[in-house]
Amino acid sequence: MTSPPAAPPAYTPHVAPQADHADKARTFMQRVADLRAWLFLAFLILGFEVWSRISFGGTFLFNPFNIQSIAVFAVAPLLLATGQTFVIISGGIDLSLGFIMGLAAVVAAHVINWLTPGMGFLPAVLLGAVVAVAVAAIPGFINGLLVAFLKVPPFIGTLGMFGVARGVAFLLAGGTTVPVKNEVFAALGNGKFHGVPYIIIVTAVFVLLMHYLLGQTRFGQHNYAIGANAQAARRAGINLKWHLLRLYILSGMCAGLAGVLYAARFSAGAAQAGEPLLLDAVAAVVIGGASLFGGSGTILGTVAGAFVIAVIQYGLVFINVEPFWQFISVGVVIIISVLIDQAQRRFSGGRQSE
Amino acid sequence: MSDMTPIGQTPIGEPLLEVRNLSKNFGPVQALNDLTMMVRAGEVVALAGDNGAGKTTLIKAISGVYQPSSGEILLKGQKVSFNSPQEARDIGIETIYQDLALADNLTIGANIFLGREPMRKAFGFLPVLDRAKMAEAAKSTMALLDFHVSRLDAPVSNFSGGQRQAVAIGRAVYWNAQILIMDEPTAALGVPEQRKVIQLIHQLKAQGRGVIFISHNLQDIFAVADRIVVLRRGVQAGERRISETTHDEVVKLMVGG
Repeated sequence: MTSPPAAPPAYTPHVAPQADHADKARTFMQRVADLRAWLFLAFLILGFEVWSRISFGGTFLFNPFNIQSIAVFAVAPLLLATGQTFVIISGGIDLSLGFIMGLAAVVAAHVINWLTPGMGFLPAVLLGAVVAVAVAAIPGFINGLLVAFLKVPPFIGTLGMFGVARGVAFLLAGGTTVPVKNEVFAALGNGKFHGVPYIIIVTAVFVLLMHYLLGQTRFGQHNYAIGANAQAARRAGINLKWHLLRLYILSGMCAGLAGVLYAARFSAGAAQAGEPLLLDAVAAVVIGGASLFGGSGTILGTVAGAFVIAVIQYGLVFINVEPFWQFISVGVVIIISVLIDQAQRRFSGGRQSE
Repeated sequence: MSDMTPIGQTPIGEPLLEVRNLSKNFGPVQALNDLTMMVRAGEVVALAGDNGAGKTTLIKAISGVYQPSSGEILLKGQKVSFNSPQEARDIGIETIYQDLALADNLTIGANIFLGREPMRKAFGFLPVLDRAKMAEAAKSTMALLDFHVSRLDAPVSNFSGGQRQAVAIGRAVYWNAQILIMDEPTAALGVPEQRKVIQLIHQLKAQGRGVIFISHNLQDIFAVADRIVVLRRGVQAGERRISETTHDEVVKLMVGG
């Protein structure tokens, strides 16, 4: 290495002290903004706790039944939101996830019913789950082809797949729900391990895995880069098409897992299982701090976002408020988080002065 | 900086890049006609010319975006040809694009390593991004360019235009680019920032790299370049040593006076 020539002194760090101070304030504000979903969650829980103590003289948060119900409630939207987080960070969106989930639920139900007599309970469940997730990867693969190779805008491509997956799921289900006759599958959906429902354990492990994938691997790093500047990513030698293809397959498989867990919980596969969850999943991602313009977001933020929605929905029922207030509250929270996101952008957009 | 092989294998002043009789036509349009030029190690060559003079075609041919219709390109005396910008980059010809170079949401280190991120094993088995290595490389590379940044964990969107330009150049330097092609590197910057970039180019020169520098700003050209090659309608209108020419003469060459 040739040593750098002596530095002309004019440009060296004579502005360092103020810059450092401003940096610290900025960094602090950025941290707060990044954590806003968790702050929301804390405020919500605190609010319900206070309300609950005043009106019922009992606790909201420290009632294990409440916590468990909220967590079980959050499982499916969280799984959809996990896949959606990756897609939104890349600058896309996946509107087909809700019906991919329904498709996977129906496929899981059929395959398990079909295999159980021949294979026994457990092997049928395992194989059925694998097949359902693999089938969920197919619409994901097609989404990826459309977006990556045929340059269809993600909004339109996945909207098309929304319709296709919906139709196929209803056709497979014969227009009705498909009950599952398998004890092990029902136990997976409703049983507990040391008091913790299996589906929560499965979800937690899966979400941790996705957190690792997004935060610690090249795939995740490239995903952020593509969302911020696809051109720069391509120039840096990242294979955009291959990345996007894998991305949409991944998000389809997240929905597939949600479908399997849904079918386990209700011992039935239903094509419309994920229908109301799609927008909740997008909301969870946005509340969790991701920008719909791409380039930012985290899995842990999305977890908080999913819990914010679940706590609002469950909490309002708990304190006996008319259920329609749920829509209003979730809507307000979404708007507030987008406003915070924009304020933060304006704040950190001011570039560090020389 | 273990990934870097020592630079300056080509002694300063020796030919680094040679372009011989290069032509490029798009159908009947002759964008570049029989152009010959050379860049020596440690030399800054400015390309000047009016819009449509062929500057962009020339750098795109050198950086692998276009395949020339005829003529040849030699790097360190060896004939080279590229099918893609990636191939040009792999042998040390890097183009610094003004706006399109960085992922704003990533750190300096992550940008330097974008597409070739180093990994380490966490707990002895789990492959994870080696952020420490990226930050370390960012720090030493930026120091090499005489940019001292304290916040290695901040996204590059937090930095100024000149610093971002330095990050893009730093990436090229880290990956051992021998020839840096800079297209209007000062166009979007304020005056103090422009001066910083000019300083950066001086650093690259001192390290024995070759720089091809496109600018409309004659003041910048005279501040940094050793030679100027003027293009007009796809042909070389003239070549001058900066020390032996004037603004007026260059303008005359550009407009064909």
